[in-house]
Amino acid sequence: MSDTPVACTRPRIAAGHRLQWEAAQDAYVLLYPEGMVRLNPSAAEILKRCDGEHSVAELVAELESAFGQSDLGADVDAFLAAALQRRWIDAS
Amino acid sequence: MPADAQIKPPLWLLAEVSYACPLQCVYCSNPLELGRRADELDTESWLRVLRQARALGAAQLGFSGGEPLVRRDLERLIAEARQLGFYTNLITSAVGMDQARLERLVAAGLDHIQISFQAADRRTSRLIAGTDYFEHKRAMARAVKAAGLPMVLNFVLHRHNIDQLQDMLELSESVGADYVELANTQYYGWGLANRAHLLPSRGQLERARAVTEAFRARVGERMRLYFVVPDYYENRPKPCMAGWGRVFLLVAPDGTALPCHGARQIRSLSFPNVRNASVAEIWYHAPAFNAFRGEDWMPQPCRGCPEREQDFGGCRCQAYQLLGDAALTDPVCDRSPHHQLVLDAVAAAQHSEPPPAPLVYRNPRNARRAAGVTATTATRADG
Repeated sequence: MSDTPVACTRPRIAAGHRLQWEAAQDAYVLLYPEGMVRLNPSAAEILKRCDGEHSVAELVAELESAFGQSDLGADVDAFLAAALQRRWIDAS
Repeated sequence: MPADAQIKPPLWLLAEVSYACPLQCVYCSNPLELGRRADELDTESWLRVLRQARALGAAQLGFSGGEPLVRRDLERLIAEARQLGFYTNLITSAVGMDQARLERLVAAGLDHIQISFQAADRRTSRLIAGTDYFEHKRAMARAVKAAGLPMVLNFVLHRHNIDQLQDMLELSESVGADYVELANTQYYGWGLANRAHLLPSRGQLERARAVTEAFRARVGERMRLYFVVPDYYENRPKPCMAGWGRVFLLVAPDGTALPCHGARQIRSLSFPNVRNASVAEIWYHAPAFNAFRGEDWMPQPCRGCPEREQDFGGCRCQAYQLLGDAALTDPVCDRSPHHQLVLDAVAAAQHSEPPPAPLVYRNPRNARRAAGVTATTATRADG
């Protein structure tokens, strides 16, 4: 893991983690060894784009366009920092 | 009895595919009966259970036992589970694994491996497991990481090994573990039979916590440490299994469906079997699964306790084992009128001399002996 701020990277879902839709929970969940977290819709929309291809700026632009909103940058940065801290994503 | 609509689907399925195990660990949570391999569910039955549980909403799947690697069809079960969308966890001693088998497990789509270690050295491992596989486990742990899988190491802690916690953590770091579970022994099954040997002293526990904290501060997020406190040292019970029949479904080797590892011993309940009923029928309608859902069953002091929604009255199996009635408050709670039983066990654990009786290993001879004791008791009760 590098010390690069998340905003300068192309984040991807961390190894050993899997994002998937669970109809029974009516939500996206993130699965990892012996655990699972149920995601709220905005967290899921961000993580769906953590594919190692989108830069954070591209990810934010795509979300703003998809949901007709502006100024999502700060919220996305905060979420990604928390996700990195929990090791949900790699930001190398 | 709660209505169907109030019961949420199971999220966790634990498939105990065999009770057979090459180790004889003195704290095993399996029942005192070992079970017969001839009674195990066949491949097709396990595949049906996987499909039915997944259709209900279970997303986490553990293959456990006994030792799950004794099943030659394990790769087939993993492949089907993965295809169904389960996150597949293998909970293993690593005995029965070699490089070729590991490669087959990975090819089948296995997501994660948890390897149990009994200690940080060969001598103590042998004392606990009755047999020596320490170097094999270490080699397989390295192989799992080399294969690119996330890996949890699990150490069950007790008075014979808790003082080597620093060595356990260094071992874990040296093989590249992602997570380490430092799980104090839970006193069920064989663990309860050996409790006087296993319960650590308060001083041991405090030193272990300090070692864990210091190590955690050094390694940070690189290797996550989970320290599970022995509930005997708490004054409130654990929210066992996040509540009876709320999240967790266990299917035992012979197809018996249970809400947890220990429930099988509760003689006042009759547990359903996946040979005769679908997973959905079992989860939503079996009387044994509904027995301790909701709050109607709760006794005093749980009824009306402000913490009942956090701990669900604690562990039903612990109440049964220690008090003979699964519907009583877990005696770990200091509001239980029977809390003194737990305090007495803790007081006895502060002595340094080992108890006179030997450790009871999980093996056929000791299982027959335990069954003999049960049969004698039953005969007397009947007569």
